[in-house]
Amino acid sequence: MSGKRPSSARAKAAVFRALGDETRLSLLAKLSSGKRYSIAELTEGTKLTRQAVTKHLRVLERVRMVHGTREGRESLFAFDPQPVIEMKEYLDYVSKQWGVALARLKNFVEGDQE
Amino acid sequence: MENQVKKQIEIAAPVSRVWRALTDSRQFGEWFLVKMDGPFVAGQPVGGQITHPGFEHVRMEIVVKAIEPETLFSYTWHPYSIDPKVDYSKEESTLVEFRLEATAGGTLLTVTETGFDKIPAARRAEALRMNDGGWAQQVKNIQAYVGKTS
Repeated sequence: MSGKRPSSARAKAAVFRALGDETRLSLLAKLSSGKRYSIAELTEGTKLTRQAVTKHLRVLERVRMVHGTREGRESLFAFDPQPVIEMKEYLDYVSKQWGVALARLKNFVEGDQE
Repeated sequence: MENQVKKQIEIAAPVSRVWRALTDSRQFGEWFLVKMDGPFVAGQPVGGQITHPGFEHVRMEIVVKAIEPETLFSYTWHPYSIDPKVDYSKEESTLVEFRLEATAGGTLLTVTETGFDKIPAARRAEALRMNDGGWAQQVKNIQAYVGKTS
């Protein structure tokens, strides 16, 4: 409905793709506490290598779900809620489409046009 | 993250009536705005031609999953697969489920659509863009509907 929809739709689609991975979802679950984590902390207690965690963090960084900052010799990563908000918008859009279709169904049935 | 859409509506009609409006493919087409080629049969694919103004060139292809009388009707499809030049058949689909419950006032209908995270990213963006016109039209449809019944 809004004029900026087309450009942000691409970003939303990329967010969905970034989320389509169990490891990244579990990293996000940890990061969503709001605290900033080092790669070592994110690797701890998992079967993943530091390299693997770094690779997944880069994917999440590209879609702006995670934000990394340099702190001395290491990088600290934090969750950025904005893309999640945008994805919610996409699902709201699909939801609205269903709402309109169901309103037509209700009208059809209650009008008893059988 | 819950990548699903869930929608509920109360309909002042018996469950059996709503069931027919969902599972008789001709009646389904009346409100979904599509002319289906044939009936809905569990496990079977069926196509149809969209009748929604502005989208008459678009085909809709679904695979019917469950038909559990007056309880559950479900199908998979490729949502917003609206470019006739693209073959969507190899892509992952989403699952649409209609569940019916009897209430004091008639029927509670719950629609859920799941599986959006599997849809190819580029296509979803394209679908959203192309659907902007469709959404504007649907707003008009609902305004017309509200005007008629209030």
